Amino acid sequence: MNIPVVNLGAILPAIMLSLFGIAIMVAEPFVSDAKKSWLGWLAIAGTIAAMLALAPMSRQAGQWYTNLWIVDSYSIFFHFLFILIAAITILTSMNFLQREGIHHTEYYALLLFATVGMMMMAGSNELIMVFLGLEILSIATYVLAGFRRTDLKSNESAMKYFLLGSFSSAFFLYGVALIFGATGSTNLIVIADSLRSGDPQTSLVSLAAALMLIGLCFKVAVAPFHVWAPDVYEGAPTPVTGFMSVGPKAAGFAVLLRIFMTAFPTLEDRWTSVFWIVAALTMLIGNVIALVQPNIKRMLAYSSIAHAGYIAVAVAAGSEHGVSAVLFYTLAYSVTNLGAFAVVTMLSRSEDKLVNLNDYAGLASKRPGLAAVLSLFMLSLAGVPGTAGFAGKFFIFKAAVQSGLIWLAVIGVITTVVSFYYYLYVIVQMYMRDPNEEFADVRTTGPLKLALAITIAGTLYLGILPTRFLDWTVSAAVNALR
Amino acid sequence: MIEILFFFFAALAVGAAINVLVQKHVLYSALSLIVLLSSMSGLFILLRADFLAVIQVIVYAGAIMVLFVFVIMLLNLPEDEDGADRLRWLKFLGIPLGLFFLFLTVITLWNVERQDIVEAQMAGTPELIGRSLFTDYLLPFEATSLLILIALMGAVVFAKKDL
Repeated sequence: MNIPVVNLGAILPAIMLSLFGIAIMVAEPFVSDAKKSWLGWLAIAGTIAAMLALAPMSRQAGQWYTNLWIVDSYSIFFHFLFILIAAITILTSMNFLQREGIHHTEYYALLLFATVGMMMMAGSNELIMVFLGLEILSIATYVLAGFRRTDLKSNESAMKYFLLGSFSSAFFLYGVALIFGATGSTNLIVIADSLRSGDPQTSLVSLAAALMLIGLCFKVAVAPFHVWAPDVYEGAPTPVTGFMSVGPKAAGFAVLLRIFMTAFPTLEDRWTSVFWIVAALTMLIGNVIALVQPNIKRMLAYSSIAHAGYIAVAVAAGSEHGVSAVLFYTLAYSVTNLGAFAVVTMLSRSEDKLVNLNDYAGLASKRPGLAAVLSLFMLSLAGVPGTAGFAGKFFIFKAAVQSGLIWLAVIGVITTVVSFYYYLYVIVQMYMRDPNEEFADVRTTGPLKLALAITIAGTLYLGILPTRFLDWTVSAAVNALR
Repeated sequence: MIEILFFFFAALAVGAAINVLVQKHVLYSALSLIVLLSSMSGLFILLRADFLAVIQVIVYAGAIMVLFVFVIMLLNLPEDEDGADRLRWLKFLGIPLGLFFLFLTVITLWNVERQDIVEAQMAGTPELIGRSLFTDYLLPFEATSLLILIALMGAVVFAKKDL
């Protein structure tokens, strides 16, 4: 009997987050209601500890735990991204939870555990492990979506997400079962080897790959599997919506790339054409329907569908540049979108009373700072030069053109132009309409300011000086393709 | 003999699965689900996955279904009210698409090169499963504990009266 090498260093960030999550749960009964936000700061400390733990993790490059856990710059990049997303979400949530009277510290623990789930998805080399990570992430997110327990919309959101999410998990699992039947393994590298060595059963492998693709496309909300997203995003508590629109999406694409790059390179021409269609459909549907949304949460939901479409363009490109563009874009989009949702959280007031676009009328004359910040995020989402969104889109379309997907790039550029309308409409509302109200009850508090500072800095830094992160994403892409 | 048993359990499973869907009353659906799960465990025994078969009966047909039936009885749901009128037309889209998917799957599986039935090399005994859980699959085994913890927390968050 061979006991595997237990290398705690290789999973140190996940251990850190789990420990802090458990510590928060244990400490909860001993903390009075007034001091609940301390536990929020404890969660922040957890993310910092996990961030520091990336350093020892990066020294453990290689495969661990009988080849089912992989440490390379690809997985480290995603670990970094997930921790960042968790930290910003916690900062955005602290005052929100107090304001809504749902300051239960289970929220922080669930958020940290969901992040651990995402890490497992990005770091594993094994479909069973991927599935476990997927379920940890999904179940934690179902609960977070329904966290406003007395609110009907929140209940609807959790219920819809739960039903459709379980359904899509079943698709994924069926695909895993079939690939195990065809190749006798769930390890991605073993699958790839057995596909290369002949022994075709190509139709069975294609069916398995298609089923896994369906399951993951549900999770990242690309057309035609996007229908759940707007309702779920609208009903969930606003910081959770922000988290859902970036976290599971980034994790889903991380897994998607890992599975298809590592295990199915032999089927590449097939899934490239599938992604072509998915990307084109998603960009068109997301952007066109976003045009007519009066509710800013729904508008951002469709916008997040559209952005998944842009990422799918880079996935279709498939090359080293494509993978690097996916990584860069998920980072740029996450930072920008979390910032936008932080502002929306602040402005929506209690029980999401003011989430319509015309509630933003005249914000600039009353609260010029907030209006400027939200404008920056909208411009970045639209992809105006100098912002993170532009750099991200530029790399994606460049990768698409280099891989010969000219028409896909053309569709991408056209839909981007369409998207300017609804992003700029928010700015028009804020700057060119008369205010309906005083915005006196909008409070910017410490944690929120910190979240905004991080996201503003990230948006501008990635937009103006993208090279440092680009070097990182390129090396990660080279790593993932090897 | 094995073939006869296989077709018996398989037919029972498929029949029970269809019955779960078409029954109007939830309780009958739940009871058919028990039949489905038990016949699945019969299939597991034919595959010599003894441990899985026992677990299937104890956990699913036993514990979970009892919980199900209790919940149904406690809630005392009214008969099916046909509430989803608004989405009725989706049936005409969903059923053909579902059948198309079934067709694709069946065609693919039918065309898989069939091999002769071989006697399972290893029986799925608790010992072997335990051994692989603590060696090759150590990390997923530990990760499962996190999954269960989250499910537990989720239930508390949703169900507890005042958190």
